[in-house]
Amino acid sequence: MEKLVVVGNGMAGVGCVEQILKHAPKFEITVFGEETHVNYNRILLSSVLAGEKAADDIVLNSLEWYQKNQIELRLGVRITDIDVAGKTVAGDDGSVTAFDKLLIATGSNPLIPPMEGVEKDGVYVFRNLDDTRALLDRVGKGVRAVVVGGGLLGLEAARGLQVHGCEVTVVHLMDTLMERQLDFTGGGYLKTKMECLGIKVLMEKSTTAILGNEKVEGVAFKDGSTIEAEIVVIAAGIRPNVELARKAGLQVNRGIVVSDFLETSLPDIFAIGECAEHKGVCYGLVAPLLEQGKVLAATITGNQGPCYEGSVTAAKLKIMGVDVFSAGDFSESAPGTDAVRYEDAALGVYKKLTLRDGKLAGAILVGDTSDSHRYMEWLRTQADLTPQRRQLLFPAPAEDAELDVAEMPDTKVVCGCMGVTKGAIIEAILQKGMNTLAQLKECTRASTGCGSCTEHCQQLLKAVVPEFQEESEKVLCKCVPFGEEKLRDILRSQRLRSVQEVLDIYGNGHGCEVCKPALSYMMDMLWCGDHDEDRSARFINDRVHANIQKDGTFSVVPRMRGGVTSAKELRRIADVAEKYNVPMVKITGSQRIDLLGVKKSDLPKIWADLGMPSGQAYTKGVRMVKTCVGTDFCRFGVQDSTRAGIELERRLEHLYTPHKVKMGAVGCPRNCAEATVKDIGLIGQDGTWQVVVGGAAGKKVRKADLLITVESTEEALQAATLFFQYYRENANYLERTYDFVERVSIGKVRRDTVYAPLAVQQGLRYRLRQSKRLARDAWLEGDEPRHPTQFVQIEPLEKVNQ
Amino acid sequence: MKATKRWVQITSVESIPLREGRSVQVGEHEVAIFNLGDRFLAVGNRCPHRGGPLAEGIVSGATVVCPLHAWKVSLETGSVVSAPNAPNCVEAFHTCVKDGFIFLEMPLASKAKEESSSACVDQERPASWFESSAVVQDNPDLKNIGV
Repeated sequence: MEKLVVVGNGMAGVGCVEQILKHAPKFEITVFGEETHVNYNRILLSSVLAGEKAADDIVLNSLEWYQKNQIELRLGVRITDIDVAGKTVAGDDGSVTAFDKLLIATGSNPLIPPMEGVEKDGVYVFRNLDDTRALLDRVGKGVRAVVVGGGLLGLEAARGLQVHGCEVTVVHLMDTLMERQLDFTGGGYLKTKMECLGIKVLMEKSTTAILGNEKVEGVAFKDGSTIEAEIVVIAAGIRPNVELARKAGLQVNRGIVVSDFLETSLPDIFAIGECAEHKGVCYGLVAPLLEQGKVLAATITGNQGPCYEGSVTAAKLKIMGVDVFSAGDFSESAPGTDAVRYEDAALGVYKKLTLRDGKLAGAILVGDTSDSHRYMEWLRTQADLTPQRRQLLFPAPAEDAELDVAEMPDTKVVCGCMGVTKGAIIEAILQKGMNTLAQLKECTRASTGCGSCTEHCQQLLKAVVPEFQEESEKVLCKCVPFGEEKLRDILRSQRLRSVQEVLDIYGNGHGCEVCKPALSYMMDMLWCGDHDEDRSARFINDRVHANIQKDGTFSVVPRMRGGVTSAKELRRIADVAEKYNVPMVKITGSQRIDLLGVKKSDLPKIWADLGMPSGQAYTKGVRMVKTCVGTDFCRFGVQDSTRAGIELERRLEHLYTPHKVKMGAVGCPRNCAEATVKDIGLIGQDGTWQVVVGGAAGKKVRKADLLITVESTEEALQAATLFFQYYRENANYLERTYDFVERVSIGKVRRDTVYAPLAVQQGLRYRLRQSKRLARDAWLEGDEPRHPTQFVQIEPLEKVNQ
Repeated sequence: MKATKRWVQITSVESIPLREGRSVQVGEHEVAIFNLGDRFLAVGNRCPHRGGPLAEGIVSGATVVCPLHAWKVSLETGSVVSAPNAPNCVEAFHTCVKDGFIFLEMPLASKAKEESSSACVDQERPASWFESSAVVQDNPDLKNIGV
């Protein structure tokens, strides 16, 4: 068997080896890697820096993969010489390895512009996993960082540093950010977006020196100005790593010169990826090197097919919330080039297409990259766009799309992952009455794999169900324009623990009455109460733990678990009502007592006098469990609903929820406490409990769905609390259980809670316990206010007599 | 010319938490004062819609959202932002900070009645008016009251 030696264990080298393995086994393969890691996805290093991914998440080929394919992997070895005549390579570990075919995939090195002081402690490049780890060790709140270079990598690095709390300044030599991918206007839009994130951007600044003694203290520029910094990251570009090839006598310009079949100037030696130069171009992006890999794999295994003709390059900035896409050639200077533009400064959207001879030559998208696939397709196919000339910048009209699905035969597979045909989907819609995407997913499993057929499924729904409305991802609000699920991901992965931090980094910096309470809830839920509670982001009710009334007074509802009270409690309530001249005392619809018309400054005194915990009647939280009289006195009761209800209330009280949670427990199917129209209901039967969820008797009336039927009271309580925590973690803010259960379907709720694997159930219980551990009766703040003037009416220091 | 306004010492800066408001009764004026971090802003406390207490609202940039029906009021001008054509607005008061205390510029009693209706005219005042310390130094009234 012939020996193939690959120098370089990166995406190009290993990507090509993967392609070679697809042909018949032909080689004994040895791969040398200078880094000590298996092949990983270098493009995602910025995600690792930003904390969105762990180092393990970006591994492309595990050690097992190398073993399984009998590839000898030599990590931490740098190849120093190629003996072209003797057909061997020498490593810096003293090894000499013979080859029949040699593949050079040495990639590139960071380009360090000439400047003084790059050896100082605190100067980094951002090229590999070790660089990333080193940076992660240094980042932190308030650390000042300067990123030299406003290209793709520099901007992603800047964002990564910033999410860890660094104060980041990007310094760019040119007058446009990402000038290789964007024109001046597009670069301007991008700059505004970066600045909105809180990253400072300095343009046309040439860095001349890094200041400081041993450690970095700042950066100096050609114009004489300086800025202070503790970290400097140089991301000024890359240079093909060609030293080895040059030494061996291969033809080298900027990169190693290769033919259309990736052959170098010497026989049996090939080059690929960032170190290779094809028709004068060195590519620095991932798509070209994979395309090169395919051609080379065919060539080297004796299956030579089509030659490599160069790649259409496309780049996408990977910064959450900053959508930038660029492909092809966007310059307008070539004769016969037409430019088509769209721009909306207020929305921050800029799109430009360049056309040559009616075909797409390049595309720039800033602020809205939803059409990037279409433009890539046009670039690749070089389709004649003349007929569509008026619709180039807008999505294809909907009629066309519907026509497509209508013409599709019933046997055609719509969802390739799950093997669902168009016929099966139509049947589900017509026969089983599925009319939302969620129901369709649940019923047929279509679009539950990769999700790429979602659009087709929606089109089918639209075509068949007249009242179907497309589910677009609803953003929380314009201050933080992300969907809530995404936001929960962001908060979790970026370890954000205060509302203001989220607004500063992912939003417009100030937030509003919609997003602030929603983010406050997410914080509380995700960190189980262990976070920086920012009261200013809460609605007034949650600042003073009482319900604001139309005249600015408040109402007070003490907790009365299960609606059971005592003569002593009632006497105290009566005393409070008299002592504080409470204008109205009312029985609520939830078996509790409401004291209405209370002044804010009286709240702490009233709470102290009552000596009862908060009933949370003012908040999106656990309200109460309404109960019937159960077995103690009722002649029909078959389960002790009163005690079950009190226990349920005790287990969940003082917690926040996406919307209010009202519960009920009844001792027999007569349902006197109306448990079937509660968010969570326990319905006692002879020998069993039914646990029902998602009921409503408010703005909407809905009969609750059965979650599970169990035998013991403890099992019923366990099932109820599982659902409770699941709702807390997965519902959108202000989504009641009845909308939540309908949205995700009761089948999924069951699968994810009472029928979930034990570990999942334990997870839910654990997080509920954590939250409960830190949850306090809010009224205890009466004695220990969060702020000295929380309940106090401020009097002016100076009297004004008027 | 007789001065029509004067500076009144209200409370220490610590009394108002960051991004929250507190109300205070100054003579016949009920004023809501807000701490925006870099400055304090003050407007009449009663929402022009149904009289909701603005001091209890959520602060959103330089506006406050009334806790009753979510009308949004500019803290710089006192005008209603959420309904741009709303005829009503609340009065905006100048603030300044000196030695850790917040001061409000209040109309003098005799003039107060006449002037309250003219508050809307003032909507276009530049925000820089409110940047406080300079106002303190240059304000003769303030010196007169011995601050």
